[in-house]
Amino acid sequence: MIKRFFSCLIAAVLLFSCALPALAAPAEKDYSHLRGTTLNVYNWGEYISDGSEGTLDVNAEFEKEYGIKVNYTNFDSNENMYNKLKSGGANYDVIIPSEYMVAKLIDEDMLAELDFSNIPNYQYILPKYKGLYYDPEEKYTVPYTVGMVGLIYNTTMVDGPVDSWGIMWDEQYAGKILMFNNPRDAFCIAQCYLGQSVNSTDTKDWDAALDLLKKQNPLISSYVMDEVYNKMEKGEAAIAAYYAGDYLTMYDTNPDLAFCYPKEGVNYFVDSMCVPKNTENKEAAELYINFMCREDIAVANANYICYATPHALVLESDDYDLKGNEILYPDESQMPVTQIFENLDYETQQYMTMLWNELKIEGNSIMDAYVGLSVSLALVVIYLIYKFIKKKKREAYY
Amino acid sequence: MKKTSIGSKLYQALVFIFLYAPIIVLIVFSFNSGKSTSVFEGFSLHWYKELFRDAATLDAFKNSMIVAVASSIIATVMGTTAATAIYGYKNKLLKSSVMTVTNIPMMNPEIVTGVSMMLLFVFIGAVFGKTGTLGFGTLIIAHTTFELPYVILNVLPKLRQTDPHLAEAAQDLGCTPLQAFFKVMLPAIMPGIISGLMMAFTLSVDDFIISYFVSGTESQTLPIRIFSMTKRRVTPDMYALSTLIFVAILVLLIVSNIISAHGDKKLSKEKGGAKK
Amino acid sequence: MNKQSSLMSRLAGAPYLVWAALFIIVPLGMVAYYAFTDSEGAFTLANLAEISKYKDTFVLSIWLGLLATVICLLIAYPLAYIMAQKGPQKQSTMTMLIMLPMWMNFLLRTYSWMTILEDYGLVNTLITSLGFEPLQLINTRGAVVLGMVYNFLPYMILPIYTVMLKTDHSLVEAAQDLGGNKLDVFRNVTIPLSVPGVVSGFTMVFVPSVSTFYISQKLGGTGTILIGDIIETQFQTANNFHLGASLSFILMILIFICLAVMNRFSDDDGGVII
Repeated sequence: MIKRFFSCLIAAVLLFSCALPALAAPAEKDYSHLRGTTLNVYNWGEYISDGSEGTLDVNAEFEKEYGIKVNYTNFDSNENMYNKLKSGGANYDVIIPSEYMVAKLIDEDMLAELDFSNIPNYQYILPKYKGLYYDPEEKYTVPYTVGMVGLIYNTTMVDGPVDSWGIMWDEQYAGKILMFNNPRDAFCIAQCYLGQSVNSTDTKDWDAALDLLKKQNPLISSYVMDEVYNKMEKGEAAIAAYYAGDYLTMYDTNPDLAFCYPKEGVNYFVDSMCVPKNTENKEAAELYINFMCREDIAVANANYICYATPHALVLESDDYDLKGNEILYPDESQMPVTQIFENLDYETQQYMTMLWNELKIEGNSIMDAYVGLSVSLALVVIYLIYKFIKKKKREAYY
Repeated sequence: MKKTSIGSKLYQALVFIFLYAPIIVLIVFSFNSGKSTSVFEGFSLHWYKELFRDAATLDAFKNSMIVAVASSIIATVMGTTAATAIYGYKNKLLKSSVMTVTNIPMMNPEIVTGVSMMLLFVFIGAVFGKTGTLGFGTLIIAHTTFELPYVILNVLPKLRQTDPHLAEAAQDLGCTPLQAFFKVMLPAIMPGIISGLMMAFTLSVDDFIISYFVSGTESQTLPIRIFSMTKRRVTPDMYALSTLIFVAILVLLIVSNIISAHGDKKLSKEKGGAKK
Repeated sequence: MNKQSSLMSRLAGAPYLVWAALFIIVPLGMVAYYAFTDSEGAFTLANLAEISKYKDTFVLSIWLGLLATVICLLIAYPLAYIMAQKGPQKQSTMTMLIMLPMWMNFLLRTYSWMTILEDYGLVNTLITSLGFEPLQLINTRGAVVLGMVYNFLPYMILPIYTVMLKTDHSLVEAAQDLGGNKLDVFRNVTIPLSVPGVVSGFTMVFVPSVSTFYISQKLGGTGTILIGDIIETQFQTANNFHLGASLSFILMILIFICLAVMNRFSDDDGGVII
């Protein structure tokens, strides 16, 4: 009896101590010394609930609560983010890269180990997203969103149903196709279509993928990142490869859009919050990460950005609009074949970047430019000679 | 005669339509009640409200102003002294080589100037083992550098117009060279200094390319903010922003025109009075 | 006394000389340094060798820039001529009208062209409502050249106009007195005298056109990657400062060559007039 009473008490104490940080985290730990400091957050575009159209302004909420100024800037690709970080020109306190970039950053010793006692809300992250290959010991990352890449198409312009990446090479849609404007995601589509591994280290595989992308180049309207929203919503393009969550945002504006996970397979990604090693405000960064994992904030973000969430409380919340959405959370039978990016070795990375540069200038057919320039050059030379002769003649005349 | 005049009127009209078409489009769609930037759904001020709710844009505006004020003042002071010095150089070779260097930021493509500055700052940061070198400091240095030639080229002609004996006369009358400069030369070249200052300021506010390469995390200026906005999902709040900028510039221009017209009148009156 | 003032002028010039050395000369040296070194800091010519891959891009950039500059000249010259003939009140109004768009952020103006030229943009809406087939306007080279012409046209109009304004009118009258008809006067007096304006306008349009990246990114498609885009990519996403620096280095040299050729025109014509 007494034993039972005690176990009840212990349970109650445990429950209370668990619930306490969740309910009153700010009260428990004193963060007042961080007041007036600045926190530099570097995130993808359209990747936070920003207060537009009556949504919750997460950053403003954080500022209000802790008196820490959030200096929020955007990048448009993992590579763009890495570049800014690596060049050393700018300091950031919180960044949200994808898994392969996290692996690369850890490899290069650019991330700080997190003090998880400052991030109690980490407990709400589903176990299956913890300790993944890039951070097996759970030292550096707190998962923010997960998702898959898919094919978005406009049903008024494309004869559906679509189930293959092959449509991105269909000449019928020339000039109406949008492709990723970053090497990893773009190559991934060709590699999936070819049935290769996206983490291949064989240059032959990459060459084959490049050939395929070169074939696609003349059909593409442009290489885009977040520009895809306006172009797809307005019907400027018919087909785009992009992240599944963003399709849901576009669909809100243009219900003619449809989505599929191509049968050849897609990329599966986890974007995580991390703190770069050269942070100057680590405590505030951890506070921010914890804040982002607070239930109400996580729900607001999940509703706004429409990506699948790794947060257990969000999935159960009644305020979560996308609960059980079949695109974000397909059941076993609907689940596409997926591949996850690993960090490529240095040589392969360099090789991929080189191929990517080659692809970008591939489309420049420039016969006219050569002809035009030579003609203008010839004209200039003729003019100068004419001038010279005239001058000589005049000199002779005088 | 009449025929050519109709032709030239039509021509002028076409050029001005070309110049103003995109601006009119921006202004019209800033009042769109819908989200679209190409289909007008009805009049509303919704996007202006959204704009003023957006703290990042307002911050960027503040940053732009800080950089523009600081850099244009530094550039004007340094440029004016530099112009007087260059004007005083007796050595022809020195003079021409200094002028050549001065012209470099004007002739060089902006992207090269931006890149070169970025490399310098990053390199210095690496030497001292420091990250986060890019910020307000570097932004102000870069802006000052590309504004300097404009200030110098605005002040130099005024110096040439000024009678060189003026300063000498002042010195003969007991002024120190410094006094002579401040009391005699400075008022004479003031119009050049002011137009240089105004030019430096507007160039700074408008600059995107150089700032893009040398700004850090906390020093995003308005053009950089606009750039990152056009890289995302564009909503008409950006158009509202451009409309406000346009109106502000229009008002500024009209006011300055009225002031200068007023000044001209006063000046011509004085001159007229002197003649009598 | 004279010595004193010359000393002062030397002192006054010192801060600027230091500044110019530090922030004009040294950065250009840094570009050269990065262009000729690899990531370990060792001397290499590999970056410059890499550039041969981009020769098409250079040619395309210079060609489109040249095209835009010539179109600007064709549009600007008559307008500047018309302006210079007007009364002072009208002149100042027109100068203001030309400068006004320039002071609005060029990113926004370019973006606005995007909405005008899009497949479902304003021009195509107009065309289809008149019963014609829609045109492919955006994502073409034409759109990129249009963007350049639009953005930099005022830089061509204003210098030409300024030079025309300063032209000694008595020269025109003298030519007329000597029996020249309107065309003769225009050809033999007005045009040669306006050459300095044309040259400076040419510079002010050509340089930013060749090195642009925003215009080609927004208005162009896959076939209009210009050298500015490549440089921007090296510094903003590809993290290859060495290649980026060597591209910048070559771009700078090419532009200086073009400008030197252009300056030949003004020198020669100076001789012709006198």
